[in-house]
Amino acid sequence: MTAEQSQRVMRLLEGLAAGERGAISEALNLVDDRRSEEREAALRLLDGLAQRADTPGSSPHVHHRVGITGAPGAGKSSLLNALVENLHSEAASIGIIAVDPSSQRSGGALLGDRMRLSGGARESGVFLRSMAARDRLGGLADATHASAAVLSSVFDWVFIETVGVGQSECEVADLVDTLVFVAQPGAGDTLQFMKAGILELPDIFVVNKADIGPVAERTRSELQATLGLTGPGDGENWQAPVLLASAQDRQGIDALIESIAAHWDHRLARGQLAERRARGQVAFAIESLARRYGDYGLAQLGGPQAIARRLEAPREGSIFGAVLEIGQQIEAEIRGA
Amino acid sequence: MPQSPNLEQPDRPWLIRTYSGHSSAEASNALYRSNLAAGQTGLSVAFDLPTQTGYDSDHPLARGEVGKVGVPICHIDDMTTLFDQIPLDRMNTSMTINATAAWLLALYVAAAERQGVAQDKLQGTTQNDIIKEYLSRGTYVFPPEASIRTTSDIVAYTVEAIPKWNPINICSYHLQEAGATPVQEIAFAMANAVAVLDAVRDRDDVPEETIGRVFGRISFFLNAGIRFVEETCKCRAMTALWAELGRERYGIDDERMLRFRYGVQVNSLGLSEAQPENNIVRIALEALGVTLSRDARTRSLQLPAWNEALGLPRPWDQQLSLRTQQILAYETDLLEYPDLFDGSHVVEARTAALLDDARTEMHKILEMGGAVSAIENAYMKQALVESHTRRIRAIERGEQTVVGVNRFEETADSPLTADGDASILKVDDSAERDQVERLLGFRGRRNTAEAEAALKGIEDALKNGDNIVPASIRAAHAGVTTGEWSDTLRRLFGEYRAPTGVAAARTVAAGDDNEALRARTEELSEALGRRPKILVGKPGLDGHSNGAEQIAVKARDVGLEVVYDGIRLTPEEIVQSARDEGVHVIGLSILSGSHSILVRDVLQRLEKEGLGNLPVIVGGIIPDDDAAELLAAGVKRIYTPKDFDLTRIMGDIVDIVGEAAR
Repeated sequence: MTAEQSQRVMRLLEGLAAGERGAISEALNLVDDRRSEEREAALRLLDGLAQRADTPGSSPHVHHRVGITGAPGAGKSSLLNALVENLHSEAASIGIIAVDPSSQRSGGALLGDRMRLSGGARESGVFLRSMAARDRLGGLADATHASAAVLSSVFDWVFIETVGVGQSECEVADLVDTLVFVAQPGAGDTLQFMKAGILELPDIFVVNKADIGPVAERTRSELQATLGLTGPGDGENWQAPVLLASAQDRQGIDALIESIAAHWDHRLARGQLAERRARGQVAFAIESLARRYGDYGLAQLGGPQAIARRLEAPREGSIFGAVLEIGQQIEAEIRGA
Repeated sequence: MPQSPNLEQPDRPWLIRTYSGHSSAEASNALYRSNLAAGQTGLSVAFDLPTQTGYDSDHPLARGEVGKVGVPICHIDDMTTLFDQIPLDRMNTSMTINATAAWLLALYVAAAERQGVAQDKLQGTTQNDIIKEYLSRGTYVFPPEASIRTTSDIVAYTVEAIPKWNPINICSYHLQEAGATPVQEIAFAMANAVAVLDAVRDRDDVPEETIGRVFGRISFFLNAGIRFVEETCKCRAMTALWAELGRERYGIDDERMLRFRYGVQVNSLGLSEAQPENNIVRIALEALGVTLSRDARTRSLQLPAWNEALGLPRPWDQQLSLRTQQILAYETDLLEYPDLFDGSHVVEARTAALLDDARTEMHKILEMGGAVSAIENAYMKQALVESHTRRIRAIERGEQTVVGVNRFEETADSPLTADGDASILKVDDSAERDQVERLLGFRGRRNTAEAEAALKGIEDALKNGDNIVPASIRAAHAGVTTGEWSDTLRRLFGEYRAPTGVAAARTVAAGDDNEALRARTEELSEALGRRPKILVGKPGLDGHSNGAEQIAVKARDVGLEVVYDGIRLTPEEIVQSARDEGVHVIGLSILSGSHSILVRDVLQRLEKEGLGNLPVIVGGIIPDDDAAELLAAGVKRIYTPKDFDLTRIMGDIVDIVGEAAR
């Protein structure tokens, strides 16, 4: 790393500590940069952030990462809009990452269109970065994890909105402290999700568009019945609630916020937050290594389990550096072979 | 006089109008009176964007927009000035007003009452069609359900109190401007009319037997494109489909009520900036398309000016459009004959084909829950964006000829444009300042307690589900302003941002001039370390988003990441979004004439954010003098309507991002 680069990292760390928006944006650009000469600066920045208390502390709702997912058309954006507006009135600071699919044909993407912040939410000074899923169909962008790390070093709440098509639920679950699944009334997708095993992931279900009446209520009962099959909560385990809300009528929004907060408290009281984040980070790291090098590449270092054990071991610096190092080793092995 | 076979029963001429208004109520009043003296037979009021979107002239969002695309009307004094010495009991006035239609109608009624004219004597039209605002024109304010309510309030009110008023003008005009094919134009307009009629029919205060009269008062506002034979067929198809709807859906059998009544503004989309004098001929031919068939002839006609693609027309330019109409109506023998196409199996066949396809498309929309659903799920918007993309592509490839633009481009120097920007009208910058001063004076003079009580009356009417028009007329007399009236509705209804329709728009047509550009984008991505990202922004109140949408879709198709947040953004929001999103370039689109103020504002804010190096490009109707100033202020590139080749524009953008990165 050049002297210039290390100065830049210092400057960004200071800027992030002060919550400067220009620094936040530049840091997001840096961790998204694929040029090898920028890679080290990005890692140094992420290491710097990891040493800070961005891991959950004692005070509630500091750096709380919340995933919002659900099928296209379920009303994720309008619900998030309503959440942001209500949270804003409590003077909470909010950052959002919205992940949109990329065009498989051109690699280009239209972003942000669905995240139409309106009214109070537009004026609230929310930080919004939209990202393209790039070469991944229905998944998260590679830099999403690092971007979440940047935003959650600054904001009380970080929302990550993704279109749910199966794969992305798993990935976003690895990334957040609380996963909210937005269901559409009467969409009949409950069974589909159950088949895919996806209903085990969310911490909170919310049936949106409750304003349309009985259909929403029915979808809620269905979901509740289905979830009941997965076994009741026993006090220790969090039992995912099924809420009703209407982004349009602003109904059930505060209850949703309360539920998200309750989920945090539940995890916090049991010391599960840091553990969940660590587990999620490792899962995401394995996922991105597998994507880059394939099963064959992972096998060079003893397979995914062995790599996971390495990543779980105590280390200096952030996981991002460890991933880079493992990647280099895999490359060396492949070349050697 | 020459002999003609049908002199006993000539058709009456249509209402001859010109869409006009600018600067101030006083200046517009002078213009109206001179137009009437020149033989215009009706008025068509253009309001400025703050008035159309419910802001007073001193609101921050109104900056740069006051008096630009129309006249600013903030209160009753503005309205009485606008119609000074124009007796409203003898005038037929069309008002292009939508989200704030109930309010401007109230001001019109109040101004008439101050002339001593009772409201039941008034004749005219409020455009009052919100659905097409979501799709194309962009001056909506409230969410769809709330908008349908105010729309139907006006219908329910006027059908009893102002029986000769056309409470709504269902516009297919703007759909064609947004790219609609004739079939889409017919189908979407009819679905839109059904949404309004169903809402009126379902009201408790509209007795069942009134629906026939309501149906009879619904009028349409059509576009007339250059394919004027097909346009004639389109008008005939709409005439048939409308009567069919009336009979089948609403059980109306009175033939007079089933008549399809419509006005026309001929096409602006096809008017060219290159060789602009060619537009004179285009306009005349387009006027033919909607007047040729007597059974489907327009009731009123507005022609644009030949130089619209260059900037605002001068009085002489408007006179030429007026004379074109007068030649057609009074000099030719057009009005002397019965329908020229009676018995023409060629026209009948084309009409029948359009009718069939449009009926199918209309039912498709009705089945998905009607026009409101098709707004919310972006079905119609997306279809329009795709049609428009196809049209642009056809012109780029020369498959669709536009004389002087993509064929026969060579031209001698035109004496009409030799004087540069002297060949368009410049709105005096002092217009905004003067208007704000008058507004402040008015607020100081009025009885504040009365105005506040009247506002409370509007709030009560909204909450109790009463018709909003009577309370609005009281408020007009009490000195309430346009911004205050609108804010009251905003508080109760909330504000709405419509889907832009671009995210889901499919890439149109395969075989590919984008291929080469994509390779360059990939190279650039390598150099930048991430994919180039562009912010497409529409600052100000101008809602004509077609250009911005086409740029957004094209940018995605050549491999860029695109942030497009829709219309009506403040410069502050644009700069904040550019920074948060980490974009490499900003593209701004402005068609309202407020480009100088808004673009400068964006540049200054970027500088302040430390983003002074971020390249900015601008597209819109931008006169040469202004373009030179903006380039000097730091804008990288300016595109006007003559730059129809999106592929070339995209190539420029990729180059600009590449240069900035070095």
